[in-house]
Formats: sequence, C-alpha cells, structure tokens
Amino acid sequence: MTSRPGFVLEVDRSTPPILMWHGNSYRLERFPKGARILYPPEPQEPIKDPKSAIAQALESPTGDSKPLSALLHKGMRLVIAFDDVSLPLPQMQAPDVRQMVIEAVLEKAAEHGVDDVYLIAALALHRRMTEGELRHALGARVYDAFHPRKRLLQHDAEDPSNLVDLGTTEHGEVVEINKLAAEADLLVYVNINLVSMDGGHKSVATGLASYRSIRHHHNVKTMVHSKSFMDMHNSELHTSNWRMGRHIASQGVKIFQIETTLNTDTFPKPFEFLSKREWEWNLKDRTAFIASSTSLQASPDWISRDIMHKIRSPYKLTGINAGEVEAVHAKTLDKVFSQQLVNVEGQSDILTMGLPFVGPYNVNSIMNPILVYCLALGYFFNMYIGKPLVRPGGVVIISHPNKAEFDPAFHPSYIDFYEQVLTETTDPKEIEKRFEESFANDPWYIHLYRKGNAYHGVHPFYMWYWGAHALDHLGGVIILGGDPKATRRLGFQPASTMMDAIEMAKSVVGPDPSITHLHSPPLVMAKVI
Amino acid sequence: MSKELPKITKVLSEFPFRRAKVPGTLPVERYKDPLGTSFDTEWARKYPIRLLRALLLDNLLRPATKLIASPEVYGLDRVNDLKGPLIFASNHASHLDTPLLLCNLPERFRHRCVVAAGADYFFDRRWKSYLWSGLLGAIPIERNRVNRRSAELSTELIRKGWSLLIFPEGGRTQDGLGQSFKGGVAQLALKSGTPVVPIYLEGTFEILGKNSERIRPGKTRIVFGSPIDPTDKDARNLTKEIEAAVAVLSREVHDNYWDAQLARYQDEHLSLTPKDRGSWIAEWNRSAQAPKRHTSPKWPRYFGSSKKT
Repeated sequence: MTSRPGFVLEVDRSTPPILMWHGNSYRLERFPKGARILYPPEPQEPIKDPKSAIAQALESPTGDSKPLSALLHKGMRLVIAFDDVSLPLPQMQAPDVRQMVIEAVLEKAAEHGVDDVYLIAALALHRRMTEGELRHALGARVYDAFHPRKRLLQHDAEDPSNLVDLGTTEHGEVVEINKLAAEADLLVYVNINLVSMDGGHKSVATGLASYRSIRHHHNVKTMVHSKSFMDMHNSELHTSNWRMGRHIASQGVKIFQIETTLNTDTFPKPFEFLSKREWEWNLKDRTAFIASSTSLQASPDWISRDIMHKIRSPYKLTGINAGEVEAVHAKTLDKVFSQQLVNVEGQSDILTMGLPFVGPYNVNSIMNPILVYCLALGYFFNMYIGKPLVRPGGVVIISHPNKAEFDPAFHPSYIDFYEQVLTETTDPKEIEKRFEESFANDPWYIHLYRKGNAYHGVHPFYMWYWGAHALDHLGGVIILGGDPKATRRLGFQPASTMMDAIEMAKSVVGPDPSITHLHSPPLVMAKVI
Repeated sequence: MSKELPKITKVLSEFPFRRAKVPGTLPVERYKDPLGTSFDTEWARKYPIRLLRALLLDNLLRPATKLIASPEVYGLDRVNDLKGPLIFASNHASHLDTPLLLCNLPERFRHRCVVAAGADYFFDRRWKSYLWSGLLGAIPIERNRVNRRSAELSTELIRKGWSLLIFPEGGRTQDGLGQSFKGGVAQLALKSGTPVVPIYLEGTFEILGKNSERIRPGKTRIVFGSPIDPTDKDARNLTKEIEAAVAVLSREVHDNYWDAQLARYQDEHLSLTPKDRGSWIAEWNRSAQAPKRHTSPKWPRYFGSSKKT
C-alpha cells in the first residue's frame, strides 16, 4: 500500500478539534471556520531488506567516488564519524540506523584488513553523549569493541591538540576540524537526514569543526539570510558550509559520505494515534488519547517527561546513498522532500503550532524556554520552501507550557543566558555583540563541555540566532498556555486559550485573520506557492 | 471567575468520546470514503424498498405526524394538476419538516420523491446513511461548497422523473426566524428545467426546534405556492424569487391572500429573514411574544428545600 500524501484541510463545522502538542502532553484544540490545517504525508514504505540496501549503497556509490571496498586497504587509518544524539527524534527503536551502517562499514574494513579504525561522534558544540546513548546509537557490539580501546571518541571542539587548521575559504572563513578525521586515510561519515537541513558538507564542516570555524556561519547575519535552513539553495548557512566543505576536500581530506533517510513513522503502537488524522481515530485510538493525555496532564512534569523521553520511534530506513558528498546529498534531499513536502497556497496572517516534548538539544532532558524558542522559531517556522507559511508581520502562536526549568548538567550556560542576557535584551544582534564572546570563552563552560555532558557556553546564543530570521519576519509571538513570566522574558506574550491567542493576534494582524496550523507529528514541510 | 462547566452529556457526545466526523472539506479524491456525498443511494430507489417506504410512510409516519403536528394544508390546488417531476422548496425549522412534508405531498409525487439531505450530517455514519436513504429516500447533498457529484445526482434523478424536496436555507433555523436561501435550488432548477414549488411551513420549530430536547406536540400549517418556471431566468434572480414566494405564502396565512399579493409587488424586502435580525432589541421584543416553556424538571422538585412555592 502506498502512503497517502499530505494535504491542506480547510476547517468547516464538521471538522473535529485538532490534536496539538503541548510540551510533555497534547490536547485537542478547535480552530475557527476557514482556518487551514497542514496535514503531513503518511510515512513512506520502508526498504524491505535494509542490510542488502546498505551493502548495495556501499558498493555502488553515487557521484565521483570509488566503491567503499576499493578505498580500503591494509595499513590505512579509517575514521568513521557519525551524527550525535540530536538525531533522530525521538531516538529510534534498536537497531539504530547508525549501528546498521557502521557495522556494515566495519565488516568491509575487517575484510580488507584495516586495523586502525576510530569512531568519532560528530558533536560540534553539542553535549557529549552518555554511555547509554552511545550504546543505543552504535549497538553494544560496536561500543564494547571500540570504547575499551579508546577508539570510540567524541569530537572535542575545544581540544587544541586534536584540531587542525586547514586554512581559510575564499570568503575568509577559518576551516578548523578534528585532526584525527582530517588526517585519516579515509573519513567515512554516517549521517541521518531526518530533515533537509542535515547532511551534505554540513556534516563534516560543522559536526567535526571548532568554535573558531563554526562561528563563521552560526551568527545572526547568516541566520537572517537563511530563508530557510531547510532549503539549502536559499540558505546562507548552507552556502557557507558548502564553501568550507569544498575547501576541506581541496585540502586532501578524503570523505566517503553515507546518508540515510528515514520515514516519518514516529510513534510506537500505544501512541500511534498521534500520527493519525483525527477522524480516522478508532475506539482504541480515542481511548488511548483520553487515557494518556489525562494521565500525562495529571502527572508531575518529571514523570511525564520521563515517560515521553522513553519513547523509541519505529522509524524505518527509506533510502541510503553513499559516495561523493554533493551527489549523495542531492539524492538524499529528493527522498526527504518526497516524504515531507506538501504544497500550500499562499501565506497566512497567523501560524499556529504545538511544540512536543523533544527537540534536537534536549534529548533525555528538559525543554527550557530558550529551546522552546529555538524549536518554534528556529525549526518549525523554517519548515518551508519558498515563502514562510506566515506573512511578513504575521503572528506565530505556539502551544507549550514554557516553564523556566533548566537541566543544570546539560544546559548550564542556558541558565546564565536566561538570567543575565535575556533580562537585558532579546535582540539577537545586540546579544551577539555584547555577550557572545564572554560566554564562548568562559573556562568553566569549556570545562563542562569537554569533561561533563554540557552544551558549549555559546550554544544558547546559537539557539537565539536560530530564530533570528523568524524574529525579523514576524510581528509577534504568542505562547498558548505558556508560563507568563518565562514567556515575557523571551519577549513574547502569554495566552490561556486558543481563542484568546487569536484575539490577541488580531491586534497585530488586523481583524478576520487567516490561520494555518502546522499539524504534527509527524514532520511536515510546506512548499508555499 | 467561575467557569461554566460543559454538560457531561455534551462532552460525552463529542470527539474524542465519539468518533470524529469526516471533515466536509476533505479533499475527497484522495479517499475512497463510502460515506458523505460518495454514499450510493441507488438501492433505496429499487422497487421493493420503495414499496416498503410507501407502506411505512402512509401507515406509520403519516398518522404519527398527524398526531404530533396536526397539519393544516393550504394551496394543494396549485400543485394538484401539475405533471412530471417538481422541485419542492421549503423553509426549514425542524427535523420534523421532512416527514411532515413528505406525508402531505400530493400522492402522485409522494412516492416518487427524493429528499436533499446534508451529506455532512445525515450521511456521516454508515447506519445514518442507510437509515435516511431507506426511510425517507434521502440523497446526500454537499451544503458547504459546490460539489459536482451532489449536483449531478440530483439533476439525473429529476430527469428520471423523481421529484426533489429541498430546503434551500441549507439547515434548520436556530431561532425560528427564516434564513436567506442558498443558490443551489435555482442552479438545479435551471440545469434540469424543472419548475420549483415554494412551500411555507409553520409551527414545526415550536414542536421540535433545533435546540429542543423533546417533542412538544402542536399545530402546523403547510402552504403550497404556485410553481415558478425557471426558463430564461438567471440563478441569482431565481433564488430571490423563490425566497420571496415563500415569504408571500407566509403573509398569505398570517394576513390574507390579497395583502400578500400586494406585498409581492410593493415590498422590496420580501424574505422570511427579518431586516433587524441580529439586533438584541428585536430579539428582546420577539421573546416577549414567544410561547412560554416550562423547563424546570418535573422531579425532584424543590430538591434541598422544604418550602413549597
């Protein structure tokens, strides 16, 4: 059976209330007549035999590249870099696609007598993965074979002894990446492309880079000119990464890129109603919704969070391409778009979205207000090609409790950013100018990033820049059900009901506004015509 | 501020406690949904079902409606001599309207008549679709937007000799006052070249209005008007003409035939919808004239108090 495509539903009086994420829980919201709901396409059929598909991809590469077995020889150093815990979301059911691909690569390497193998988690400035997370991503076999030998490493963007300066691009961007990876005879990058932003040259040029290098594209100017991050042809972020990637290749770093795409089968059986269309919910789905939403809402936050973060997605492999970076990425993008893209006619005055419990930066952790901001304005807002779903000067309504709760182990610099920076200003340019340097070079944050499991000191700044394009574009942001104090700290307005939020939005966009709701899960991208 | 809690029965009767309706605006071409406008009603027009329906209509529904609604029928002479299929267009206030009108149509049309019913309301579930198409000969009509399938089905049936009973207001009135007519009837009449018989129906709102919880037997009046020939008319004017004709019929029973005819040519705003609809003052004035209803429960009376009043 083929999966049904996504579509835009116009709300009429027979339209049921629509499911909306609200942090660790979800609820049903009724939309006014005439509002548009953007329903995602259904998950695509997975590859029936992933093992042979992986083997096939490694041996019949895309673009100007030899097959993997022709690149392997005795006595060489092989480095396998892989995407970190921020992908996929939520974490997928075992076996993780990284495990499947890395095992296939290792088997080939063993067959060709390659003894000198390192595995590196491409963290960039993200937190180090925990043992449990590494075991989950790579599988116990790989972990137990490489970790005790100190051959399973996590990229350290602040370790001068393991970084190499490859010079600058024609635009003067410093290219500094992981030394082990740069000097290896072959660097195999194993990627998961959950959204179109991931992959391509960004994998190595960002994932294995240092702060000195990343700052050239993770800044307000680049972000404001990335319209959107999901559309690499109109994204300054990608243009910069592509320049760096090509420079890395020109410096003799040999990269064999393996990119995988997953379908959007996000929730396991007990929660499968979340991905269904409301009028197709059967008795079991409705019972599951009532029981789970009631109990999640009644539970303390730490319990509901714990339950939700224990969800493992039944994602399945829909495509794998290997070989030369740019040729591989072009194929990957086609696959991602075929899964996620829906055509939408015209922009609207108001865009509404429910935010889930997890974003790329709070896996097994708390979604703090800065991450709420980033997920909404950085990610969901940018899920478009062409024009944003909301018109310039429009309003975004976000549904999330937005409590001022932080994880001190994972997000220490976020706490200070929230207390020291956001109390002064919310303007990304001013924040960048006045505060970035001191946070980025703070020795304590660097220490926590290198030795603990903390995000880099500069990471909350990047989160803020991530939403700079949306802030530039929008006339206002309202957080439905958001904690009033925390919401105002972000520079937004809190509202208690959807009707209130729409009324408040009217003061910005005028009476009788058009509304579009981004229905999630699963992931959906809009091609706004 | 205290928040009024919704009635538990209301909550339980809605999604997610009940299955959600399929949205009427769903791009249907992607779904093979056998309900709504896609529901096939052909089986209900087969001879054995028609016979069964005729028996039910004449022997059960007719006495029942007589008992509940005591209809007085006027203007039958205007339709008695007509031949061929007709489109009967009436104002709409109650679920009682359809059986009442069906039972009181001239016999020639009564047993060869289909009823246009909202696809989103009467055909949203399998059991409802079978019940209404079988019992009343209902056919699904999309009332929120133009739907080619609905229009084609109605035209085809008219061409085959079936009369059509339709409520051009598109739904029951909320407050007992008339609503403006939608253009679908005129389109159908023009497309099939069939005359439209305006009908004014009064009294059913009081018996079983849109928000009534139970039936309160009462009296009703059904007035048939002269057929309107659609030839050489445009849809917009025809809709207006049908709406005005129903308004004239209402004046006919409230005032007299002559005043109604005068109004027909002199009153520019001939409609069942009052001009001041929506004004609270008008509503206030009207509410003073409305019949009083005893809404207090019969038992337990004076619950929690020993005082008898």
